[in-house]
Amino acid sequence: MEKTLNQKAWFLVLPVFLLVAFSAVIPLMTVVNYSLQDTFGNNKFFWAGLEWYTELLHSERLWSAFGRQIIFSAIILAIEVPLGVFVALNMPKKGVWASLCLVLMALPLLIPWNVVGTIWQIFGRVDIGLLGHTLAALGIDYNYTRDPLAAWITIITMDVWHWTSLVALLSYAGLQSIPEAYYQAAKIDQASRWSVFWFIELPKMQGVLMIAILIRFMDSFMIYTEPFVVTGGGPGNATTFLSIDLVKMALGQFDLGPAAAFSLMYFLVVMLVSWVFYTVMTNLDKKAGY
Amino acid sequence: MSIPTPPRRAWINTKAVVMIAYIVFLLLPIYWLINMSLKTNEEIISVFTIWPRHLTFANYKTILTDPAWYMGYVNSMIYVVQNVVISLAVALPAAYAFSRYRFMGDKHLFFWLLSNRMAPPAVFALPFFQLYSSIGLFDTHIAVALAHTLFNVPLAVWILEGFMRGVPKEIDETAYIDGYSFPRFFVRIFMPLIASGIGVAAFFCFMFSWVELLLSRTLTSIDAKPITAVMTRTVSASGMDWGVLAAAGVLTIVPGALVIYFVRNYIAKGFALGRV
Repeated sequence: MEKTLNQKAWFLVLPVFLLVAFSAVIPLMTVVNYSLQDTFGNNKFFWAGLEWYTELLHSERLWSAFGRQIIFSAIILAIEVPLGVFVALNMPKKGVWASLCLVLMALPLLIPWNVVGTIWQIFGRVDIGLLGHTLAALGIDYNYTRDPLAAWITIITMDVWHWTSLVALLSYAGLQSIPEAYYQAAKIDQASRWSVFWFIELPKMQGVLMIAILIRFMDSFMIYTEPFVVTGGGPGNATTFLSIDLVKMALGQFDLGPAAAFSLMYFLVVMLVSWVFYTVMTNLDKKAGY
Repeated sequence: MSIPTPPRRAWINTKAVVMIAYIVFLLLPIYWLINMSLKTNEEIISVFTIWPRHLTFANYKTILTDPAWYMGYVNSMIYVVQNVVISLAVALPAAYAFSRYRFMGDKHLFFWLLSNRMAPPAVFALPFFQLYSSIGLFDTHIAVALAHTLFNVPLAVWILEGFMRGVPKEIDETAYIDGYSFPRFFVRIFMPLIASGIGVAAFFCFMFSWVELLLSRTLTSIDAKPITAVMTRTVSASGMDWGVLAAAGVLTIVPGALVIYFVRNYIAKGFALGRV
């Protein structure tokens, strides 16, 4: 649609602008403030310059949390994206079954995140959980509160359970937009199932898949509630991801300076990666002719 | 020329098997939660049963009669509804502006909005706590509602913009020629046209405010404590009342499960921030 140039449109955007400025810019400025100062209590602050930043960049705690975070996000993207596409390809195209699948698949997406944690905390327990009990009965030594590997497997399985449907629903929406004629043409050309997927379905899903990857990256990179409920960041620090570490630092130990510097670097990393995705996404939009 | 049928039928069957396997994987943990919520604590701890031997609704009764529990649901509901109203009220005009006009800085503003959806809530927990304490709103519903606008307003703007883009511009122009003022046109003609979009945006604001824990827990202590926070705290305090915990969990799933049927065809669009 051709949009007309009209500066008065700013009046319509003003309420959003003010509200978001209030709830985003003011807190962010507080964070910037803290990150450059030091305090010994009593609201007395001293200029600290970039001290906190240099300290953090050499802190092993931050780097190991960052490393765990990257590994976690990479693993869940590597599982959820292919699995979600695979599920979408197998979904019924229309009718009652399609509706039923949509509703059931969306169910995990609507559960409060700490309840997701609670569900898996219970489900994985050796004494009262179905999963833990079954594994124990099969003779597998599984205890997510003691064994770091078991904790990781539990949290990754939980995330796959929670979010794969998001990728599947988006891919399904992309698949629905493919005209039937494309498939008929492929049939006439006697294209194999694989080439239908590779040359017709995947290119059409490109846009929605970018969105899915963007959302999954953002949300997995700031995951807090679910691992917090299931493992509390343990055993040891095995599942302490960036957000968990940050909350420990800011609200647990009240280390304002380092926590603020940590926050800003964290935010910048998320913004940077998301901006790359966003640019790719809008370029795809332009190609699609929006 | 006829298409050979047997391989085709086999194909449909594999599809059904994949879907059933996936949905069982999704429902099994939820089933286990429901199963536990219907047992007594003795049964949960002492014997391992696939379904409740002594079916009991005592856990649900505890929650629905104890104010410490059910007020959690009431508090959550209050701030969620406030959040939905605020988010939609500011997002509707803004989305209209984005879908119809070009103006100075529009693209930057759009990305800036999205960037708030990307902000880790953990970054904002402490500054929000201080901000709302200093203006005397700590432990009120409106504080949580305002805090949640951080990610819900961008979401609502994006979803609504997606729906509004589909309404032809000629409708606006005709209405103006017919002498409608902008507010009257917007409320009487335009909003009914995108009613489904408003519904979907409301659903998503509702949902993301409902599932969030970190900010709502940080900004409340007693009067506005949400159910999600009640759950995490009672777990540590009462020495694991598994049955009640499970029942509380089941009750938090209910609101989402009730309305999901109405938005099933738009849910992908909502998650994609209006761009499918």
